Amino acid sequence: MKTIMIILGLFITTTLLQAGVEIKTFDSQEQELRYKKVIGELRCLVCQNQNLSGSDADLAKDLRKQVYKMIRNGQSNKDITEYMVARYGDFVLYRPQFKATTFLLWIGPFIILAIGLFVLIRFIRLRKKNITTALTDSDKEKLKQLLDDNKVQSK
Amino acid sequence: MSRALLPLVAFIILVIFLGIGLTKDPRKLPSPFIGKAAPAFTLPLLHQADKTFSPNMMLGKVWVLNVWASWCVSCRAEHPVLNELIKSFKVNLIGLNYKDEVADAKRWLSRYGDPYQASVSDIEGLVGIDWGVYGVPETFIIDKKGIVRLKHTGPVNNKDVREEIIPLLKKLENES
Repeated sequence: MKTIMIILGLFITTTLLQAGVEIKTFDSQEQELRYKKVIGELRCLVCQNQNLSGSDADLAKDLRKQVYKMIRNGQSNKDITEYMVARYGDFVLYRPQFKATTFLLWIGPFIILAIGLFVLIRFIRLRKKNITTALTDSDKEKLKQLLDDNKVQSK
Repeated sequence: MSRALLPLVAFIILVIFLGIGLTKDPRKLPSPFIGKAAPAFTLPLLHQADKTFSPNMMLGKVWVLNVWASWCVSCRAEHPVLNELIKSFKVNLIGLNYKDEVADAKRWLSRYGDPYQASVSDIEGLVGIDWGVYGVPETFIIDKKGIVRLKHTGPVNNKDVREEIIPLLKKLENES
């Protein structure tokens, strides 16, 4: 019983520890929406598959603070992403920019799709051709014979 | 080549690509600072809080900026390597004490040794953001013109020192 109480107690303390909510006030709803959008599109570099808004890492908190400060200063989303890219590189963006080093990332899937379609169409055409040219003269003769046999039988 | 082999070939190519992917460390990111001027800052020294340090004081010298903290476990693993480095090679090593308490940082250095010419306190971690720090410890090498030439994320080991850091420091020393 005592151990259960201790375990329960631990649960309660850890949930209390997690309950820290960041209170951020904005001048307008537009700013708040912008803040949410930006921290949703920036990657947390410590826990790489989370964005800034979803991460509890120390660095993520600092970067959220930075984004907040920049938004309160009236800086645009572009200013903020440029600020982050200058420091952490393109990797910080969940939606990479379209440029020489990233074009393959963007259009690669479409290239592969095009190759797939091309192969598929060729395959279908080839098969059609095979079917139409499949009957040689001897084949046709055989077929005729079979059909004739069939007629005789059904009579 | 028989058509039946085609899927096998495609599969092998895929395996090769995935295999290459496995050998890469996703935590090692290309730093946007390489080849660019070291970000400026002015911060108080850890041991003499009334004095400040800023990177432009190091112009004309090759120097190393090592980001560390007393709370950082891998810094402790890295620390003996830095202690050895300064014994074997003449290097201007500056420590950036990142998001730490001054008292903790001082205690840590007196316990594990202080290889730094000077450490600066970045208590808020804002300079860390300017330098793109995301995984302490991090090590930067800056050349005589104040350009960042190398960034190493994570603890530096003896092999890194031997094969990467000392050769680069020697090369940069010879640059004008």
